[in-house]
Amino acid sequence: MNIYFFKIATLVYLFGTLAYLSYIVFFKEAFSKFAVTIIFIGFLSHTLALITRYLEAGYTPVTNLYESLSFFAWMIIIILLIATLKYPVKVLGAFLTPIALILMIFASALPKEIFPTAPILKSFWHPFHVIFAFLGNAIFTLTFCCGVMYLIQERQLKSKKMGPLIKRLPSLNLLDDLSYQSLKFGFPLLTLGIITGAVWAEYAWGRYWNWDPKETWSLITWLLYAALLHQRLTVGWRGRKASIMAIIGFLAVLFTFLGVNLLPGLHTYSNW
Amino acid sequence: MELLVIGLNHHTAPIALRECLAFPEEKLEDALSKAHCLSSVKECMIVSTCNRVEIYTVAEEGENAIEDLKHFLSQYHQVPRNEFEKSLYIYKGEKAMRHLFRVASSLDSMVLGEPQILGQIKKAYEISQQEKTSGYLLHRLLHRTFHVAKRVRTETKIAVSAVSVSSVAVELAEKIFGSLQKKIVLLIGAGEMCELAAQHLVSAGTEKILVTNRTFERAMTLAQGFHGEALPFEELPHGLKRADIVISATNSPQYLIHHDQIIKMMRDRKQKPIFFIDIADPRDVEPKVGEIENVFLYNIDDLQKVAQENIKDREKEAERAEKIIDEEVTKFIRWYQSLEVTPTIIALRNKFEEIRKRELEKTLSLHPNLSEKEKQSLEAMTLAIINKILHPPISFLKKKEEDTMIDLYLDALHALFGLSEIKSDSWSEGMKGKGKKEESLKSDHVG
Repeated sequence: MNIYFFKIATLVYLFGTLAYLSYIVFFKEAFSKFAVTIIFIGFLSHTLALITRYLEAGYTPVTNLYESLSFFAWMIIIILLIATLKYPVKVLGAFLTPIALILMIFASALPKEIFPTAPILKSFWHPFHVIFAFLGNAIFTLTFCCGVMYLIQERQLKSKKMGPLIKRLPSLNLLDDLSYQSLKFGFPLLTLGIITGAVWAEYAWGRYWNWDPKETWSLITWLLYAALLHQRLTVGWRGRKASIMAIIGFLAVLFTFLGVNLLPGLHTYSNW
Repeated sequence: MELLVIGLNHHTAPIALRECLAFPEEKLEDALSKAHCLSSVKECMIVSTCNRVEIYTVAEEGENAIEDLKHFLSQYHQVPRNEFEKSLYIYKGEKAMRHLFRVASSLDSMVLGEPQILGQIKKAYEISQQEKTSGYLLHRLLHRTFHVAKRVRTETKIAVSAVSVSSVAVELAEKIFGSLQKKIVLLIGAGEMCELAAQHLVSAGTEKILVTNRTFERAMTLAQGFHGEALPFEELPHGLKRADIVISATNSPQYLIHHDQIIKMMRDRKQKPIFFIDIADPRDVEPKVGEIENVFLYNIDDLQKVAQENIKDREKEAERAEKIIDEEVTKFIRWYQSLEVTPTIIALRNKFEEIRKRELEKTLSLHPNLSEKEKQSLEAMTLAIINKILHPPISFLKKKEEDTMIDLYLDALHALFGLSEIKSDSWSEGMKGKGKKEESLKSDHVG
């Protein structure tokens, strides 16, 4: 059941991505409205996929790489829908949807069987840990997209070459603001994700911190974002510097999430 | 009956001549009624702006009207005919229609896609209505024109991007800051250039204008005009620190604003972005300033280059607009040609016949047991009814075929029975137009 919903969601996100690309190319309002509708349908199907998998497996379905990728994509779509409602940045979906789509396609290629659960995954803390961590990561994906858009837009304004993108991207001020806002939400969530993870580790392995690669890298990620937040608050970092830092931070997020999975450590529960 | 336009514009005549032949607004009513008195002119409307003077006429016989109007122009303005005759263009029928559609859609304007011309034509039309010099043909044509202009505006991007230096500056500012509300503008120099650029920014909603100038009095005067604040020239650094947008246009031979100074200032203002618009010649802001983070610097050449590119975009859009106009001209002509007696009679008969058949079928299907004879007599009865109804209007039309008012009757008939596509909506547009008169007059003042 859950695999069907997952496949439908992937397909719908593909159409959503195409709709957003059409919006960028033709710059017609109708396309972005259409895209949001499609994405919402994909989101519903994706949600059903997660619920049915939860019911079939009996644990929060974030235990192997396939499940994690799917969950990450789902969170990104939630963030996209919220940001689209709150901010007049229609073009955002054109950046976030392809990222979600790539995660989904990547996930599609992985084994999807439900394995008998390792007992530690039935812990009370496990769902909190993954929800906080992935929500934080999804918000940082938004921060990353804002950074990329900011750099493109700034480049155009500074070089005085008004490419076709300048009309499609929002103002620098709005991008910087959205980037800052998302950082302010993402950072506490990442912090909570790490803390709940530590508490869970104490239950599972008897130690709060084990220095396995994932833990080490999430600490590095946390430090990068802490530095960015600090610089923004005190020195008035913004714009270009903050954007570059947000992009570096996101690379760390990706490495923590993907790169480390390929290394041996406590976070690897199955071969994938 | 023939539609024609006679006039001159910025392509055909120099400004001096256009000025001589222009009709100032206060004299327009008088001129219109005088032109309308000409025996060859049935309906007329005068469009007079700084770029064009045009008389739109419906005439019984074109050539006479052209002569009369040339004479009228010469008499009215006391200008000998040979001085302006070569600059005149004259379009008849379809070409006149197309010309009006193009003018109203701003395809014939000096600045392609500028929005004022439509308002000016609306105004000209309203005055001709007040003076009762426009009749049903101009009425219908003008409402169609407004429809066409609206289509061009919404279906093409002809009026989208900024093409003047000041509006480009506003557009850029909005790309940097988003909304310009709460933004502070600093003017360095109190010349006309500064004033013009500032006006655009103020109408985009900026919060406050600061003015500084070497002679403080002039800064005061300009600041008062904008309800702003004048700063002594020594306080320039202080003003820079407060401002979000800086417009500089002094006559200073050296740079006024330097790289090092701005680097330090950016630290003081916690990297809050700043937009320098340097329209001075020679320049006031050291070019290296534009390399600093969160500082954006555009000089007059940069702005002009952007404007130029946008003009190119508009030209591309203009080609699409011409297609819309072709389409609309064809539609209007089709309507105009249907205003003849024989096609109208045929259309009317068809319409009735269609209704008769449909209703007859309905009735017959309700009574399947009718005999062949009964069916035939029903058929005969319905035919007789429509023939009796149609007899008076058809014989009336035939009798009046040579009458000058025939177009009016035909037009009414088309509208009443919904005989053609263009009809119904332009009638209703006409009605709406009357209700909205005051509103549209107001919007014309903006133009």
